[in-house]
Amino acid sequence: MLSDNEIIKRLTAVFQDVFDDDTLVITAETTADDIEDWDSIEHITLIGAVEDEFGMRFKMGEVSGMNDVGEMIDIIRSRGK
Amino acid sequence: MKELEYPFDSGYIMKKKRSIRKQLLAELAKDENSGGTISKRIAVLGGSTTADIVSVLELFLLDAGIKCEFYQSEYGMYWQDAVFGNEELDAFHPDIIYIHTSFRNLEFLPEPNMTEEQVESGYQSEMSRFCQMWDSIEKKYGCPVIQNNFEQPYFRLLGNSDASDFRGRVNFVSRINTGFYSEIRRRKNLYLNDINWLSSMYGLEKWSSPEYWYMYKYSLNISAIPELCYQTASIIRSLFGRTSKALALDLDNTLWGGIVGDDGAENIVIGQESAEAMAFSEWQKYLKSLKSIGILLTVCSKNEEENAIAGLEHPDGTLRPDDFTVIKANWEPKDRNIISSAQEINIMPDAFVFADDNPAEREIVRSQIKGVKVPEIGEVTDYIRVIDRSEFFEVTALSEDDLKRNDMYKANAMRYNASRQFENYEDYLQSLEMQAEIKPFAPVYYQRIAQLTNKSNQFNLTTRRYTPAEIETFAQSDKFITLYGKLTDKFGDNGVVSVVIGEKTGENLDTLDIKLWLMSCRVLKRDMELAMLDSLVKEAKEQGISALVGTFIPTAKNKMVKDLYEQTFGFSPLDSNADGETRWMLCLDDYANKNKVIKINM
Repeated sequence: MLSDNEIIKRLTAVFQDVFDDDTLVITAETTADDIEDWDSIEHITLIGAVEDEFGMRFKMGEVSGMNDVGEMIDIIRSRGK
Repeated sequence: MKELEYPFDSGYIMKKKRSIRKQLLAELAKDENSGGTISKRIAVLGGSTTADIVSVLELFLLDAGIKCEFYQSEYGMYWQDAVFGNEELDAFHPDIIYIHTSFRNLEFLPEPNMTEEQVESGYQSEMSRFCQMWDSIEKKYGCPVIQNNFEQPYFRLLGNSDASDFRGRVNFVSRINTGFYSEIRRRKNLYLNDINWLSSMYGLEKWSSPEYWYMYKYSLNISAIPELCYQTASIIRSLFGRTSKALALDLDNTLWGGIVGDDGAENIVIGQESAEAMAFSEWQKYLKSLKSIGILLTVCSKNEEENAIAGLEHPDGTLRPDDFTVIKANWEPKDRNIISSAQEINIMPDAFVFADDNPAEREIVRSQIKGVKVPEIGEVTDYIRVIDRSEFFEVTALSEDDLKRNDMYKANAMRYNASRQFENYEDYLQSLEMQAEIKPFAPVYYQRIAQLTNKSNQFNLTTRRYTPAEIETFAQSDKFITLYGKLTDKFGDNGVVSVVIGEKTGENLDTLDIKLWLMSCRVLKRDMELAMLDSLVKEAKEQGISALVGTFIPTAKNKMVKDLYEQTFGFSPLDSNADGETRWMLCLDDYANKNKVIKINM
């Protein structure tokens, strides 16, 4: 099972790549309101990149249902590699 | 950029698209004055989400030196935009329209309880829906249109009969696609984006994962977006003449298995005797067929020339020494060989694709020649796939000249050698027995003329680019005088090599403003430009013109014609501006013909 530390570390790298900003800091409380470019279009790219990174797929309901990064981490913790 | 070459990592491109874009724009800014960058406006009319399709398409186009502005329809409004237009699209003045439709956009689909008449009527209504779009775009915008065909349905209600039974959707897609191809052949400005083939090649199961439609209204798996965009960008590149023209080929372990210098020509692996031999044979046959679409083949091998020739004469081989426009078999660095091959056949080095099994050789050529294409060709069983999928040679229209190109360049190499034997240059020109056909544009040459306007960069006074439809407009208008020049000599036919377009201006329409004057580098230093000028003056005078005005618009590639109007043609300076543009004028009253070596319109 992946530790939360490792998840956040790898997740941060994904966010930094997708938004092309290596100063981005991600916590469980981060939401789309905190990152200017995180809109519904970028969300699609982000989900795809997270799935590639952790070798897993989100369920359709999960993709639109996540309210903050914490909920994303929960899903990755249970299914990610 | 390596990451955007086939085979690319789709996930990487999707994830890093922002930083890739920044990098590409920075590279283009560095090359700002190289004259190789063009700017185009592309309207994407989508029947599904197009946001990331546009973002990724932009990356491949920037990589090819094409800066783009995009218009996207409001979600799903492809048909309304095409048929009714709107303020924004009209003001956008697209250079190209890409219609991104897919199976999800078929409004009629057959059902098992329908009659043949009902299905036929549904087919007609779908076809007429699309024809109406294409007609309206042609009328309103007159620009090239790239149109997706339809991918296969991802389930088959009638199982295998879904393809043969008129009530099957697989059958219906096959019929609509065939209907599209017929329209594409008939219309001048409509080009196919074959997503049916691409989705099969990619893997229909993955391409059609329906969750992307349900969640985001994308008509395909987002992982397939880079593949779709690479193909679409290849079509656009081809429309603007940015395809590769020649293939430089290594020999040992590239054209055959083994090393001819060590193994002896009789022992190289080619033919039908083993799996490896068959692979090399099929590859050689594929290369030979590239010649028939106008691609030039050259050899670039580290070998004694006699061994190279011996290998190419192996009885089971397909490619012969004669198939190559230039053969460089020596011990020189390969990048130098490619550059000198380019000089000999008068094309730019970056128009080459270099195929070599040795990664070290690939790296040298890649690092020394800017813009040359060096695919990672892998093993012999990968060669055809890598070259084909890379789409270096995408064909949007085959002209007569393309089909004969190999002969033309072979003749060029012969002329190059003949010129060394003469005492003075004029004797040499006379010995060529040149004849030119210089006439107003004819429909049979519209494609080739348009192609030349997009490809010619050096001997090009104004570098204006036109589509075949625009060429037709000039040809049919009384306000323009058009001339194409076709040059033949005793070695062969060079095809259409020069294009001139003049617009009548002035109160009495007695001045001809030359909007376009270009000539292929294939025929430099033959006085063809003098022959064109003589013909232009004759034609102009017959139409009541008393003066010609020529314009030179500088780019980094056309320095060679900076002084053409003054020094070669004898025009007088008119004016110039801060951007270096110059204008020149010639009174036609006492014009005397300048061309002495070419017979015209015999």
